[in-house]
Amino acid sequence: MSDTSMKIVLVGHGMVGHKFLEELRQLQIPAADVTVLCEEPRVAYDRVHLSEFFAGKTAEDLSLVAPGFFDDAGFTLRLGSRAAAIDRRARTVTTQDGVTLPYDKLVLATGSYPFVPPVKGSEREHCFVYRTIEDLEAMKAAGAISRKGVVVGGGLLGLECAKALRDLGLETHVVEFAPRLMAVQVDDEGGRILRSKIEALGVQVHTERNTVEITDGRSARHRMVFADGTHLETDMIVFSAGIRPRDELARQNALAVGARGGIAVDDHCRTSDPAILAIGECAAWRDQTFGLVAPGYEMARIAARQLAGDAQAAFGGADMSTKLKLMGVDVASIGDAHGRTPGCRSFRYADECKQIYKKIVVSADGKRLLGAVLVGNADEYGTLLQMALNGLALPADPEFLILPAGDGKARPGLGADALPDSAQICSCNNVSKGQICAAVGDGATTIGALKACTKAGATCGGCVPLVTQVMNAELARLGMTVTRHLCEHFPYSRQELYHLIRVGEIRSFEDLLARHGQGLGCDICKPTAASIFASCWNDFVLKGELASLQDSNDYFLGNIQKDGTYSVVPRMPGGEVTPEGLIAVGQVAKKYGLYTKITGGQRVDLFGARVEQLPAIWEELIAAGFESGHAYGKALRTVKSCVGSTWCRYGVDDSVGLAIELENRYKGLRAPHKIKFGVSGCTRECAEAQGKDIGIIATERGWNLYVCGNGGMKPRHAELIAADLDKAGLVRLIDRFLMFYVRTADRLQRTSTWRDNLEGGLDYLKAVLIDDSLGICSELEQQMQHVVDTYQCEWKTAITDPEVRKRFRTFINDPRADQRIVFVEERGQIRPARAEERPIVENAEVEA
Amino acid sequence: MSPARTAPMSSEELKWTAVCKLGDILPGTGVCALVEGRHVAVFRIGDSGIHAIDNIDPRSGASVLSRGLVGNLGEHLVVASPLYKNHFDLRTGECLEVPEHSVRAHRARLRDDEVWVALA
Repeated sequence: MSDTSMKIVLVGHGMVGHKFLEELRQLQIPAADVTVLCEEPRVAYDRVHLSEFFAGKTAEDLSLVAPGFFDDAGFTLRLGSRAAAIDRRARTVTTQDGVTLPYDKLVLATGSYPFVPPVKGSEREHCFVYRTIEDLEAMKAAGAISRKGVVVGGGLLGLECAKALRDLGLETHVVEFAPRLMAVQVDDEGGRILRSKIEALGVQVHTERNTVEITDGRSARHRMVFADGTHLETDMIVFSAGIRPRDELARQNALAVGARGGIAVDDHCRTSDPAILAIGECAAWRDQTFGLVAPGYEMARIAARQLAGDAQAAFGGADMSTKLKLMGVDVASIGDAHGRTPGCRSFRYADECKQIYKKIVVSADGKRLLGAVLVGNADEYGTLLQMALNGLALPADPEFLILPAGDGKARPGLGADALPDSAQICSCNNVSKGQICAAVGDGATTIGALKACTKAGATCGGCVPLVTQVMNAELARLGMTVTRHLCEHFPYSRQELYHLIRVGEIRSFEDLLARHGQGLGCDICKPTAASIFASCWNDFVLKGELASLQDSNDYFLGNIQKDGTYSVVPRMPGGEVTPEGLIAVGQVAKKYGLYTKITGGQRVDLFGARVEQLPAIWEELIAAGFESGHAYGKALRTVKSCVGSTWCRYGVDDSVGLAIELENRYKGLRAPHKIKFGVSGCTRECAEAQGKDIGIIATERGWNLYVCGNGGMKPRHAELIAADLDKAGLVRLIDRFLMFYVRTADRLQRTSTWRDNLEGGLDYLKAVLIDDSLGICSELEQQMQHVVDTYQCEWKTAITDPEVRKRFRTFINDPRADQRIVFVEERGQIRPARAEERPIVENAEVEA
Repeated sequence: MSPARTAPMSSEELKWTAVCKLGDILPGTGVCALVEGRHVAVFRIGDSGIHAIDNIDPRSGASVLSRGLVGNLGEHLVVASPLYKNHFDLRTGECLEVPEHSVRAHRARLRDDEVWVALA
């Protein structure tokens, strides 16, 4: 960098700090020399989802920094480097290890620290705060030697933290000073319902308790003594009683601070020294600090624009509405939740059986929505938030906004049309309705495509239903109907075809065409129908007419290669194979001159088999105890496993045993696309299960199930759908998941894209598959059981059926092999000859 | 399989070769026949429609077109190459996606349950 470059130093690499860097990079300020001081030993991670660390996520999973980010951007990162002092006159920052860096612009994103109430004994061992991954690691270690844990603080973070303790398997208590939980966001009645729901989950709640001292306990490590004279004994304590801005650098250097702390900033995120900016939780705007990520991100955007020379970008405050799921309980709070606006009135609905509470606060004239509280069910959050933020006119009977819809009568919807173009639909990534509509107009006509190009719905996913509404309304407005018709022969989507086949008990393509289609069919609808027939009825895929529907791979039960030869992949469940098995595979490969390679799915691929060789090859493999590996099918491929507790000194459970069991259960299942599993015996995750459609990781108390992961072209981490399952529960949930995918996915749609386009996302999947919201779970289980019960090794059936076997020939009128298939040798094995090698080889053959 | 029989069968100067029985081809599929040293894909559409085109897929050079799925795209009766899914018209050999990859179409007919092919 030249000396004329603008030197930018960022202090703090948390979520907001990193957002600032991303924005800065996008703006591509020429000749900017950017240095980042990060106090923690690791780069920015997702603190919003910190509690998932206890549900199996690793520090790497939570990282927000794309690999190579700093190198690509040309930014300098100093990890473990805390800014200790600023010299405003010299414009330098000095780190605690004595390095002094000059700056032209200094950006403070120091965040906040957890507030620990001044309680005698709070510094004892096994007392923690909940902020960093190091805190969590310490909690985890203490949790392993504790029976009972207490969280001090019943706010949003406190309840998150209680979930973490519960995930650690501790008897969990929440101690709150106020008379109710989440006192900031919900009212008394909402707090009551929230409390009973949380208690039903096994967390004990103690409100109006003021801890005065922590001493030695009798039955546990500590005794917490309360002001009312009662006490509670516990092995560990986590303080989560709020956060305070980290403004000490400002105070030391005489920068202005807010009335209640925080580094004072103007609308452009500038502090009282124009060379210094502050963003995120450490900043105080009009004496207000913001403990949510969205306003922090907004400040990051504004600060970056400032530095890029955009003097217009201004912060205008932030909406503090929140929606979250605490231990499975929906809680949402919008605007004036407590009804503090003069003259306002409220509507309340409470259902003590289902434990649902909803309240809306409307203006004195009844025309505008001011605020809302939702507990137990927050489906209306998106609609209500938009109404409140955009000042939309309320319907004549606003109570129907929160009353349950009766007799199929539709709720007065918001209608995406009602929203102005400026309405912010995705608050995490600041995407407006206008931007979404523009992207739809440019051809992003699926949720997946919209996420990719606008980032709407890509962070927390809460706005995806609303994004879908906006997208559909815009499509309708543009007169674009997105037909999901499979092809010209069937005016139906794959999902619709599936239902027609299952409900109509259709078993042949001829029948299907006659009843629902036209023409002769094609290479799209034929394999799709064949796959649905297999999922529903599971007849032998080469039986009669079914054979004519199969893609070459399924017709010859092998994967076609570029030269027209096929690969042979025997199943090796869980990647386990005996020496005898390996020898048998090796002998077959040697005898038929096949190229052999180990696959990523923990088995052996044999390449270069000509069609007429396939039956004989498989006869020998079957005699050696092998089965078809379905490598050729849109079907279950492999269940990869690590060696697990049987051998591994870290293993928690028998991952290989489970992998074999699962592979044998689901082998042969035909699906919209291929399906891969992984089973890891502990959180080290050596089987890379979170990159699979179905990933399973052993825990101390059972198995965690992850779904919809993918490696390959567009990697996607699988998401935890259920934790600590026993084996029966695990299998039941996988049965349901797979059958639901088979039933509803599009043709050639992997589980990851299916999930990305699923309205309602993971919550919807959980509702359908765990809470049985559609009432289909037992049906899904039965359908899977049918597939399991009717499994057959396709190769075994093929070689024993003379009608099928005779199809494996190169020429119908000549017994010879295809002379055009030519191999050359490379590294001791065969490979297909390249074009330039062919004539020589062919001539050589002729001469021979 | 007996060696291929060849016989003149029409007034045109076509050399017809009997390649198999109709029953040897599963309806809605194809087979590959060796006709005068040339690889020919012979398809059976419905009960008795017979069509023949070259079996070599021009894009890959592999002898595979008989192993593709057949059907129709609009007016075209087609086979989709099993390798790259290009569609070939069974009557003309035209490649619908990449015309320069078109193949030769041959004559095919049915006589007394026997399938005959003549190179065009």
